[in-house]
Amino acid sequence: MDLFEYQGKSLYQKFNINHPNSKLIKDLNDLNDPINLNFPVVVKAQVQVGGRGKAGGIKVAKDINELTQYSEEILGMDIKGHKVEILLLEEASNILEEYYISFTLDRSEKKYLIMLSAKGGMDIEQVAEENPDDLVKFHVSPSEKLTTSTISELINKANLNKDHEKSLSEIIENLYLMFTEGDCDLVEVNPLAITDNGVMALDSKVSLDMNAKYKHTYFDDFEQEIPIPESEKNAKEKGLNFIKLDGSVGIIGNGAGLVMSTLDVVAENGGKAANFLDIGGGAKAETVSSALEVLEADQNVKSVLINIFGGITRCDLVAEGIIEATKGKELVWPIIIRLDGTNSLEGLEILKANPNEKIFIEESMDSAAKLAVQKGL
Amino acid sequence: MSILIDENTKVVVQGLTGREGQFHALRNRDYGTKIVAGTRPGKGGENVEGIPIFDDVEKAVSETNANVALTFVPPAFAKDAVLEAAFGGCELIVCITEGIPAKDEAEMYDILKKETKASLLGPNCPGLISPGKANVGIMPHEITLPGNIGVVSRSGTLTYQAVHELTNLNIGQSTCIGIGGDPVPGMSFIDVIEKFQADSETEGIVMIGEIGGTAEEEAADFIKQNVTKPVVSYIAGVTAPPGKKMGHAGAIVSGNKGTAEAKIQALTEAGAIVVKTPTEIGKAMKDVING
Repeated sequence: MDLFEYQGKSLYQKFNINHPNSKLIKDLNDLNDPINLNFPVVVKAQVQVGGRGKAGGIKVAKDINELTQYSEEILGMDIKGHKVEILLLEEASNILEEYYISFTLDRSEKKYLIMLSAKGGMDIEQVAEENPDDLVKFHVSPSEKLTTSTISELINKANLNKDHEKSLSEIIENLYLMFTEGDCDLVEVNPLAITDNGVMALDSKVSLDMNAKYKHTYFDDFEQEIPIPESEKNAKEKGLNFIKLDGSVGIIGNGAGLVMSTLDVVAENGGKAANFLDIGGGAKAETVSSALEVLEADQNVKSVLINIFGGITRCDLVAEGIIEATKGKELVWPIIIRLDGTNSLEGLEILKANPNEKIFIEESMDSAAKLAVQKGL
Repeated sequence: MSILIDENTKVVVQGLTGREGQFHALRNRDYGTKIVAGTRPGKGGENVEGIPIFDDVEKAVSETNANVALTFVPPAFAKDAVLEAAFGGCELIVCITEGIPAKDEAEMYDILKKETKASLLGPNCPGLISPGKANVGIMPHEITLPGNIGVVSRSGTLTYQAVHELTNLNIGQSTCIGIGGDPVPGMSFIDVIEKFQADSETEGIVMIGEIGGTAEEEAADFIKQNVTKPVVSYIAGVTAPPGKKMGHAGAIVSGNKGTAEAKIQALTEAGAIVVKTPTEIGKAMKDVING
């Protein structure tokens, strides 16, 4: 889960990572309270999309009047489809040098990857492409510690300012702790800066590993602060993995791979999927009926394709869910069903015992996709 | 022959006393798999439908000669369970558990590799089946048929789909393996394909990938250099919306890899036959076998 900048910075607080003094506002009235920040203050729009600076979402205010003016301008602003609801007000830093640092998991090496560069504050992807030597890459074995001597080597290799080695080393160590102990998928700081007030992490791009939610109570709090697109809210509340797409064939399947593949097969047959909806493994009857409810809310859906290959999921329960959701109802669209795998014969019997003129059973994924496309024309 | 498991495999089930563990272990036993033990701390001496329970894997191994562990324990305990199985003497650990934190997976993999000789399949995988011999995991065995094609896939249900297509055309399988789609899987496509290449009974390989990561591209490199058996491949997600990149860091690491196009191209260049839908997998393999 990608965090807002201010959420990432609240993690800096937790992990003792030096960053500018700041205040969060959601409303202009919040400025009536003393803000307790030294001017100049940077007003930063909190949106989860790149390029907010160019869009006018970041401004430096030299006094309270400018602060009020910029806050008013930026709050509610639309940046690439994201409405600005929160502003981060931060004491501006006098930057002497700007570096880049990031921590991720390198999947192919199966190790943690630290990338460090003295050329921060700019497009790091360009640096990596044009001057790869300026980007120091270092892998850490997940079962080992990142030692101070290794950090010192990295600072040296990346040509960072040796006068600040101690503070740099400390901040790198704490960022690494935040990445590992804090179960982050990504911690990226650009710039990590040397300022008049010492070494500071001026920006934050943090992504959390939600599988680790049970270890950290604050993951939940962060999650609740992140807006979900209206179209996906309903599905999320029902615990379904749903992504809205722009076609007209509603898709319900089990397992991300099979659902992705169903999207592809619909496209092969000349149609376009209205969504990605994975009911997951071991779905119960009510999971299937909630999945159908979620699709009902989408005006673009013209036909629905249910593609199930039972493993841990039992086809008889899927069939029960379909009957539960459709019995005695005038269906708005035809439902094309394909069931295979665990208990598929039982599932098909349940469907046949409860006939509905808008429910069609197909024997293969291909024929089901073809019919779903035809019926949706 | 088959790879990794056969009629002599002896399985210890971690989490046998849980609902899922029990359901699938008994199903595997009904299929003919030798499920010789289960573990549950504090429950040693009890049994589940005649399968003896031990306090830990080491005891289970010394009493029953189990050589494969099947793990159903919840995510918070999965890392410890897998390591316990490896240090307890199992040569293969099949971890079905879904939702293990990436850091736990990375640490687990690192320790396994440095300190043990054990192989790990998964986590978050459906397990594996050598049709007619043994089923270790949650795959529906009804769709399989003993034979000579090796199947390896990242996705669970797509594995079933592929196996189903083969069986429908009367093409049997030597072993079918789901490696799982987590960030740090134990065995990779390469580990499995290497074994299929070496297995005298496996005559062809089906490899099913999906968008994201670079595992398929790495497998393509390996196939190009080392595999002489025919490979039929399918990549899911051609029409899926592009996934998010992990900041600039993610973009720098993965470059332009990870898309369906990049994977299809790499596999095609490696000599694999890449088909457009899962249904074509069976037909393509049939054509290859019949020359």
